Amino acid sequence: MPDLATSPPPTTAPLLELRGISKTFPGVKALQNVQLSARAGQVHALMGENGAGKSTLMKILSGAYMPDAGAEIRIDGQLAHIDGPLAAKNLGVSVIYQELSLAPNLSVAENIYMGRPLTKSGLVDRAGMTAACASTLQRLGADFGPNTQVQTLSIAQRQLVEIARAVQFDCRILVMDEPTTPLSTHETDRLFALIRKLRAEGLAILYISHRMDEIDELADAVTVLRDGCYVGTLSRQELSRDKLVKMMVGRDLSGFYRKEHQGQHTGAQVLAVRDITDGRRVHGCSLDLHAGEVLGLAGLVGAGRTELARLIFGADPRTGGEVTLNGSGAALDIRQPLDAIRAGILYLTEDRKGQGLFLDLPVRDNINVMVCPRDARAGGVMDRKRAGERARDAIAQLSIRVASARVNVGSLSGGNQQKVLLARLLELAPKVLILDEPTRGVDIGAKSEIYRLIDMLARRGVAVLVISSELAEVVGVCDRVIVMREGRLVGEVGGASGQAITQENIVALATGATAAPAPVLH
Amino acid sequence: MSTPLTAPTAAAAPASASSARGKEIMRALGMLPILVLLCIGFSFASDNFFSLQNLSIMTQQASINIVLAAGMTFVILTAGIDLSVGSILAASAVAAMLVSNIPGLGMLGIAAGLGCGLLFGLINGVLIAFVKLPPFIVTLGSLTAVRGIARLLGNDTTVFNPNLAFAFIGNADVLGVPWLVIIAFAVIGLSWFILRRTVLGLNIYAVGGNPEAARLAGIKVWAVLLFVYCASGLLSGLGGVMASARLYAANGLQLGMSYELDAIAAVILGGTSFVGGTGSILGTLIGALIIAVLTNGLILMGVSDIWQYIVKGLVIIGAVALDRYRRKDSART
Repeated sequence: MPDLATSPPPTTAPLLELRGISKTFPGVKALQNVQLSARAGQVHALMGENGAGKSTLMKILSGAYMPDAGAEIRIDGQLAHIDGPLAAKNLGVSVIYQELSLAPNLSVAENIYMGRPLTKSGLVDRAGMTAACASTLQRLGADFGPNTQVQTLSIAQRQLVEIARAVQFDCRILVMDEPTTPLSTHETDRLFALIRKLRAEGLAILYISHRMDEIDELADAVTVLRDGCYVGTLSRQELSRDKLVKMMVGRDLSGFYRKEHQGQHTGAQVLAVRDITDGRRVHGCSLDLHAGEVLGLAGLVGAGRTELARLIFGADPRTGGEVTLNGSGAALDIRQPLDAIRAGILYLTEDRKGQGLFLDLPVRDNINVMVCPRDARAGGVMDRKRAGERARDAIAQLSIRVASARVNVGSLSGGNQQKVLLARLLELAPKVLILDEPTRGVDIGAKSEIYRLIDMLARRGVAVLVISSELAEVVGVCDRVIVMREGRLVGEVGGASGQAITQENIVALATGATAAPAPVLH
Repeated sequence: MSTPLTAPTAAAAPASASSARGKEIMRALGMLPILVLLCIGFSFASDNFFSLQNLSIMTQQASINIVLAAGMTFVILTAGIDLSVGSILAASAVAAMLVSNIPGLGMLGIAAGLGCGLLFGLINGVLIAFVKLPPFIVTLGSLTAVRGIARLLGNDTTVFNPNLAFAFIGNADVLGVPWLVIIAFAVIGLSWFILRRTVLGLNIYAVGGNPEAARLAGIKVWAVLLFVYCASGLLSGLGGVMASARLYAANGLQLGMSYELDAIAAVILGGTSFVGGTGSILGTLIGALIIAVLTNGLILMGVSDIWQYIVKGLVIIGAVALDRYRRKDSART
């Protein structure tokens, strides 16, 4: 491979080699002349902003899409023709998507053998399948058996089932699409150990991720895509964060986090939550939020952060506690989201496709759906001119990359979808804005833009509560951070707490490594 | 939001505006080519097909289904279903005839029919929006129960009124356009306005597309569901008034039998998705016209009614299959 100047001298022929891969959709060139070569016994990371073409490339490997003419896929040096999911499987290519493809009502063994059951004289050989799965599961270090119902398993365990399914059928090339997104730190560690084990067994692992830490930890080589084009490949020795970021965004990212607002206590107290409880996941949480401050809510996955936010917003029923606005003393009667919205408390969901966007509606309607009753003329007739203006303004101001406000929001990339959702909330001029994982599944460029937006909102006096699992983000964006553990607020860093906002201090609180004073209430 | 945060990047737009608009039009027109093809085919097969008289008969026959299908469009857009429209039509028609027979109150029959339809729609809506029962189950139950009520109302006989005060609805015309057709198109126009021009319409699409997102966006999901089932009930009541006005009679046992199937077929032919959130009322109009043209054309050609059933069923499946196939290319990227 003399054309790849940056790759190390080959010791063996690559297991998977892609050349000249292009894919055109009506009106969009999703991939243009992309190349990649992955070796057995290597973790090859695939990076790029959302919309860079990673998913499309993955779907070509899995047989979901056919590449344009001129593409060359070689497995073990042999030309391979992947014209459907079955062909991919027969060639030893397995893809694990973010949305797992398991039937929750079936057992682990039935899922592993789905579509290819073992048979014995024409009948399904359950005992044989169970036995075969049991040994595979044991080898992979699973803490559940082959007869467990998949719906009783955690996300991490379900991932393991998918991996077992791949391994069971002699997978040699395993493609994983951001597998750690739904996992806690502990589960991520276990997954990484498993990936290392599979690597040692000689699999080629194609690992798609946004997270630099993971690349540092796992990758033997990294290929970067940008706007559907191949940018380059770095070997382990050449790897550096600066290089990767530059390759991905094609520009410098100085001032990634921005904190130009004044921080807390410049504004009056806006929101006071006292002893809010749902009786299950959230126990007696109290917090204060001031105009113009960005308050972080950190904690491990499952600590109850989203549940707390949803209680404040009225999305789930609470069994105790109260929420007051503007220090008025009178508690708000929030029984449903509409009540919170009317009070100026808005919530950005962590699950933008499942609970946020209307994917089949155009960008314009998605932006206007909450504000349009205010704009409407008599009889609930929409002010279409105003709606069009709002959409166009939002597209320009949040630099949402979309050709027109009439495009369905489902066709946008993650970052642009998130901006549409943010635009919907901003149209209502919120007093309190709760952002739940505002940059999840968002590319680096859009991330930086969302950070600027948060900063700007704080400067304008909005009280912002940011929930995030990304510690660097919490540290970079927030003025004060409260930490949650097992449904309770267990401490505060920054602000009047006297403790610095560092990743170490937050992790210590989140994991219970240190006891800290209770959050300071004002 | 007064200053731009960053300079908008003009490049790297995922789809062009013209193709988005093109897709929108394609979607709305959807089955129009099939309708045109059917009309051309039947005009060659039968000389009478394009006669003014036949067109008038055909649109009158289509009118009741158009009205029912309009209500069904609202319901299916919210990912629901209303199986009870035929039964509600029958009960409303009987109620309208009974009231029209009260001396001096003839015109009140219209109000009775509409009110009866609205009442049953309201009951469906309450059970679905508040008791949170599945729409299929609720309306399957009312399909049966309301049919019984229709027979009960008329004492299980046919209710006649030869001097029907609102007979003009079924038989008169304005400048050659039958009242039935005027009503059907007025219903389509009003439905289009509600769906495309009002906050309520947007909320219907929102609830159908993503009910949880709709709730978190502060939309009163219960109100939207209540509205669509009330609308479907009311329009079934209107269908009952139209049917009884045409016949001067109403029979609780036979009237409106399996009308729900034609209404659902029209909506699906029109490209409205069963999973909710996408579709249009103009598509429904085209779908209802396809069914009417097919029925009428096959009769003109002298095809036996056994074969009419078979052909109609196959055309519905084939047309939707064709539509799926054509849209596959424009799938999300």
